[in-house]
Amino acid sequence: MAAPSSGTTRNCGDAEVRPADGAAGGLRRDLRLIAEMIDPGARVLDIGCGDGALLAHLARYKNVDGRGMELSQSGVNSCVGHGLSVIQGDADRDLEAYPNGAFDVVVLSQTLQATRQPRKVLETLVRIGRRAIVSFPNFGFWRIRLHLLFCGRMPVSHLLTHPWYETPNIHLCTIRDFVAMCDEIGVRVERSVTLDRHGQPYSLDPRGSLANLLAEQGVFVLSESRGKTNAAAQAEGRRV
Amino acid sequence: MSALTSSCLRARSDPDWPGHRLLVREPLRLDCGIDFGPFTIAYQTYGTLNPDRSNAILVCHALTGDQYVADPHPITGKPGWWETMVGPGLVLDTNRFFVICANVLGGCMGTTGPQDINPETGEPWALSFPVITVPDMVRAQKRLLDHLEIDSLFCVTGGSMGGMQVLQWAASYPQSVFAAVPIAAAARHSAQNIAFHEVGRQAIMADPDWSGGRYLSLGRRPVRGLAVARMAAHITYLSEAALHRKFGRNLQDRHAVTYGFDADFQVESYLRHQGSTFVDRFDANSYLYITRAMDYFDLAIEHGGSLPNAFKGTHSRFCIISFTSDWLFPTSESRELVHALNAVAANVSFVEIETDNGHDAFLLHEPELFETLRGFLTGCAEHRGLTRSW
Repeated sequence: MAAPSSGTTRNCGDAEVRPADGAAGGLRRDLRLIAEMIDPGARVLDIGCGDGALLAHLARYKNVDGRGMELSQSGVNSCVGHGLSVIQGDADRDLEAYPNGAFDVVVLSQTLQATRQPRKVLETLVRIGRRAIVSFPNFGFWRIRLHLLFCGRMPVSHLLTHPWYETPNIHLCTIRDFVAMCDEIGVRVERSVTLDRHGQPYSLDPRGSLANLLAEQGVFVLSESRGKTNAAAQAEGRRV
Repeated sequence: MSALTSSCLRARSDPDWPGHRLLVREPLRLDCGIDFGPFTIAYQTYGTLNPDRSNAILVCHALTGDQYVADPHPITGKPGWWETMVGPGLVLDTNRFFVICANVLGGCMGTTGPQDINPETGEPWALSFPVITVPDMVRAQKRLLDHLEIDSLFCVTGGSMGGMQVLQWAASYPQSVFAAVPIAAAARHSAQNIAFHEVGRQAIMADPDWSGGRYLSLGRRPVRGLAVARMAAHITYLSEAALHRKFGRNLQDRHAVTYGFDADFQVESYLRHQGSTFVDRFDANSYLYITRAMDYFDLAIEHGGSLPNAFKGTHSRFCIISFTSDWLFPTSESRELVHALNAVAANVSFVEIETDNGHDAFLLHEPELFETLRGFLTGCAEHRGLTRSW
């Protein structure tokens, strides 16, 4: 399978995100980390799959049955033109149709903050995937805090590249905000990794203040809590 | 309307037309309950079937299309309708794939249709021809593939009504469809589309020469009615933006309006031309039958009202393609299809292509369509284990 051009942008609602420093093999650092979390042969849905870099990587090295969803038409057309199974759609509108447990892993990388209803999206992710891997920029990162404190202007960084008036990132959160929401809606955090500016993992407790201050982004492996799974399945009767 | 009556060729199947003919002797049980047959299927093939018979692509044609995908049309002499898509080195690469296209049941280019002779009466079938459905068309095509000893198609593709047949193939014979590419199609014909078809049919039936459908026996042809049907339909294949871009309010060979009912405007002249050339190559009763088949198409109804049920358990790889300016088969209908396929966790790609060419975009040079389809087929060929050449 031909890999989409490496090093290009990944649409995450934040179209200008470049591969992080230290990216190797053409795959952004956080995507490499996500790829490492996925078992060979898994059924994977990558939401906001951009140019399909992660899917192409997973297909080539892990033999996954990969599907993608992408908002930008050019991204979709490029993915499909490269032999990837990708649909044009967005996380808010087009996830509902999938049956429970349709995928082993659902990936939402750098996209949650651009959804209209992040809470509902998160609930759907853990419904349609046995596990969900979610990465997002940490708005509690010290540089962002200092930028706001000293400059008095909305932060712009290499993960958040747009000025406030045209950013697609309408629901930014800190790592603590995210963990609190997971607790609130009964989503289980199976594993979490926080990354520094260079995409290097910290070994910090994601629930602690330090991670919330030092990490530029977080990568979370989530699942539906067992009690909720049964209740939801009964209530929704959606399993196909 | 004098221009419309000037040309009055009989659109009747001619044994001298190029291509293959298959006589199907075993009757086909149609949706209307009739066992129909024997009947003839006229088809074209391009390329070579590989030794393990795994490289066949079935192209399904649209309402007024035919099997001459990449050959000159035997009546009009115009290039094949998908000549830019099918051929050596093209997207449907005939150096790699064996491409088949058959005239649909009820058509007028060699496959048995209402203009053919009913052996029981010795007269053309006309309205005694049974009503055909899209599933019937697909059943007939399945007979052809059985004859060609092709158990599994690498791909089924087509636009508009061709796309409906693709979906029907995927639903009726999932094990025979490795990849399905419905273009500018929908899982059912909308009320608006049925309405436009009804306008076309009423135009044909209002033509005195139609004679209750018996025009061939009487040596007449309802060319005016058929031309009006085509003119109305043709508008639906374009977009407002494309009409404006091509014609605007430009006048035809004159500097001022004539205060009469000549074709003052270029757009009128264009439509009259579309109508008058269409009647040379198409049979009016075929038009009635095939539009009816499209109207009746509703894949969900066949599956207890649930569209996902039509695709339950499918292993086919789907690529759904729509066009932004297509208001006949709008993107929303393709998206419904995508959601239905998602509901059964099918392998589906969905691409909407930006163009102002309207519904007809699938017939035109749309680079993004070609690129998408080429990439999709290349990926599928790898999964199918099709090597580049044999």
